Formats: sequence, C-alpha cells, structure tokens
Amino acid sequence: MSDIDTELRVRRIENGTVIDHITAGKALNVLKILGLPDSSQGVVSILLNSKGKYGQKDVVKIENRELKVEEVDKIALIAPNATINIIRNFNVTRKNKVHIPSFVEGVVECINPNCISNSNEPITSKFKVNTEDTNLKLRCFYCGRVISENIAEHLL
Amino acid sequence: MKFKDHHIISTRNFSREMIDHILAAAEKMETIANGEQRSDLLAGKVLAVLFFEPSTRTRMSFETAMLRLGGDVLNLGSVDASSISKGETLADTIRVVDGYADAIVLRHPREGAAQLASEFSRVPVLNAGDGAGHHPTQTLLDLYTIKRESHLDGLKIALAGDLKYGRTVHSLCYALSLYGAQITLISPNELRMPEEIISDIIARGAKIIEVDSIDDAINDVDVLYMTRIQKERFPDAAEYQKVANKLKITMETLKDVKHELKIMHPLPRVNEIDTKVDDTPHACYFKQAFYGVPVRMALLGLVLGAIE
Ligand SMILES: Nc1ncnc2c1ncn2[C@@H]1O[C@H](COP(=O)(O)OP(=O)(O)O)[C@@H](O)[C@H]1O
Ligand SMILES: [Mg+2]
Ligand SMILES: [Zn+2]
Repeated sequence: MSDIDTELRVRRIENGTVIDHITAGKALNVLKILGLPDSSQGVVSILLNSKGKYGQKDVVKIENRELKVEEVDKIALIAPNATINIIRNFNVTRKNKVHIPSFVEGVVECINPNCISNSNEPITSKFKVNTEDTNLKLRCFYCGRVISENIAEHLL
Repeated sequence: MKFKDHHIISTRNFSREMIDHILAAAEKMETIANGEQRSDLLAGKVLAVLFFEPSTRTRMSFETAMLRLGGDVLNLGSVDASSISKGETLADTIRVVDGYADAIVLRHPREGAAQLASEFSRVPVLNAGDGAGHHPTQTLLDLYTIKRESHLDGLKIALAGDLKYGRTVHSLCYALSLYGAQITLISPNELRMPEEIISDIIARGAKIIEVDSIDDAINDVDVLYMTRIQKERFPDAAEYQKVANKLKITMETLKDVKHELKIMHPLPRVNEIDTKVDDTPHACYFKQAFYGVPVRMALLGLVLGAIE
C-alpha cells in the first residue's frame, strides 16, 4: 500500500472498486466504456498520470459499487494491464487482472462507413478480437474490416 | 454433409470438402439447368428475391434455378415502390419476408447485410452480394467452371485486371488456395492485390507469382481469369487507357498458349477481351455464366433440404 499516501490526494474509499494500472491517459475512455459515472450512485474519482511502479498510469475509483470482472474485461482493449481491486472496509479484498475478451459487442464502432452496423439497423457492433500478433486487432463480425490502431478513437 | 437450413453468407470459411460437395451436387443439376430434364424437386417451395441494388444476371440466374426445380419466385420489385424507400430497416423487411418464403436471396449495397439478415431470418439466407463484401455464389460458379472446363487439382491459373478492389478475385483466391493452386497475379501497380490477402492465401496453401503483363504468364497457365478495370480508379483517361491496353486479350495474345487454355470473365466485359476471341475454344465466359444456374440450383436444393 506504499503508493496510497501519495495518491491520497483522493479520499480513501470504504467500499467500492479501484481500477488500477490503467494505461496513462486512458482513464476517461475507461469511464466511457463502463458508462460511468451515469451508471453509478457513488462518487467516481480519477487520477491521471499517477506515478506507478512501471511508470505513469491512470486510476479510477468507484465508491459503493463492486464491478464484476466480466463487465470490466472490455476495458482491456485499451488498458490491457489494468487491475480490478474490490475494496471492502477500506481494504483490498480481491484483485484481478483484466482479460482481453475474444469477442466484444457494443463497445467499438466499425471504421467502414459502408458497414451494415453503421446504418440504422437494430443491431450492436460486434468484433472478434485477435491477439495473435503483439498488437491487438478487432475484426468486424459483419463486414470483416480490421481495426488495428487507435482503438480508443472508435469507442461507441 | 448437412446444409439444410444453413445460410450461405461467404465461402471464406468453407472447407474443401464443403466446396467439393456443392460442386458435385451442381453437376447432377446440369441436365435440368439446360432444360434437357424436368424436375419438381422444389415444387411448393417459394424463394424470395430481394435485390436492393440492380443486377440482372445474378437475379435471373437465381430465378431460373428456382423455376427449373419446380419452385416459385417472389420478387421484391423495384425498391422505389416498396416500403424500403419509406425507411424500413433491413431487419424488419427480413422478418416480414421470411413469413412469405422458404428461402431468401439478398443483394444489398452494404457490407455485412447478409450476415445481419441471417440473424433475423427464420429461413435460409443466400448472399447474392453485399457491397464490397462477399458474393459466395459467384465464387462457387467460378470454381465449378474451372472444375468442368479445366481441373481444380494441380491448377495453374492467372488472374488479370483489378486485383485490389475486386472481391470476386479475392474470394476465388481464398477458395483456390484450398486446392494448392499456382496463382499468377497480373495487374498494374495501382491495382495490385493487397499484401494481407497475398500472405493469407499463401498461408492457406497457394503458390503466388506476380507479373505485370499478360504475355509473361499466358503461355504457361490452364486458366486465365480476366476482370474489368474501372475507369474511376484512375486519375485521368490517359492513365486508364495505358493500363487497359496492356491488359487486353486479342488473337495475337493467344498465339502460343496451351491448347487447353480456358479464358474466364465474370461479365460484363468492356473491351478487355476482343470479341474475335469468343469463337475460339479458349473462350469460356458464356459457359461460366450458364454454370451459375446449376450451382445455384444445388445450393437451393441443399439449404432447403431437398438434397443432401
Ligand atoms: N481504501 C482505498 N481507497 C482508495 N484506494 C485504495 C484503497 N485501498 C487501496 N487503494 C488503491 O487500490 C490500488 C490497489 O491497491 P494495492 O493492492 O494496495 O496496491 P498494488 O496493486 O499496487 O499492490 C492502489 O492504486 C491503491 O492506491
Ligand atoms: Mg500499486
Ligand atoms: Zn463492419
């Protein structure tokens, strides 16, 4: 808990979730993917460019809500090293790494303007996630177009 | 092999066994397709033909395939007159039409449209072209033509023309890679086949040779597949003319070719094949257009469960 003191420019939370080790600069995108703060009653605080063991990182703290790993996994698309820490009674009671899902729905918009998923049809975008190469690729389930760069720019 | 109730969206993930199975079924349909024999294999079945974009050939070929098998055809008619122009979604159209028909053939200007249709339809959907996406029946009829007029095993084929944007050629290459074909690519530099596709098809088993003129390849191949080069792809008319003249088949081009060489073209052609070539035994494009009928008959029979 060494970095708590320095980070406690933000109030400690009694119960909730801390998403730690978010790629620096991506915290706002993480909130967008999770639909926060709209989907939460409690205080949501963010730290941008905080000093971590492995360089700069962002941190998101959500009071009074325990996020499930599955609902957070999709943030792995833009923050693959993030950890999900469940806080109860001021202490970390559970810690999980996010996992890159093999399929994502309704998170990213297809970059092909002529793709059927970019028309007014009652469907959400779907992508197959390819992690074979070192850089992550999303292949549109409808038109096959591949997004391999700047995924954060194509969030729905 | 079971195709009953399957949607035919793309051949991209078809195995060689699946393709061989469809081609074998098509062969049995040929005498019905050419009118020698009558059939009522699909009597009582209705095919809905939804074309949101003009295409006379593919549509007529599907319609005749259904009619030759004793089935009936329901046509969307003109898009202007239908509720689509009032802004109905494709999803809604499909959910209505699947109540009127046993299978749906769809041509749509947007990529992924057939996939979407298959998610909403209770009857099999056959993709007849989705924008720049897939056109599986074209690929299958191309393969069928090669099988009937040449041979799929140990094939040496050259593809000429627009290899960058031409979806027909891409899908054909993916399928031919399953047969270990030797594929020679002939195109102007501006219209080369995308690198990802080339490396994909090599990984799947094809051998690739790239050249930039027809003369460099034609004497060695069993099949020459010509495609049209679109004027719009070039900055000016002069540039287009230069390229178009280089990728043209005349009697002169055919001087030293193999006796068995077959020339294919998805049609319509503009002037990439001189009409004098039509009368040579090499010309095979009109036959190719006819082969669309038995192939589509086979697919309809398979997805409707009338044959296995
Ligand atoms: N009660 C708390 N309120 C707010 N943030 C906390 C609380 N407890 C831990 N954290 C934060 O949660 C993250 C994970 O905590 P911890 O497991 O102690 O650190 P680490 O993963 O670096 O070993 C850290 O960013 C830490 O600052
Ligand atoms: Mg830490
Ligand atoms: Zn798409």
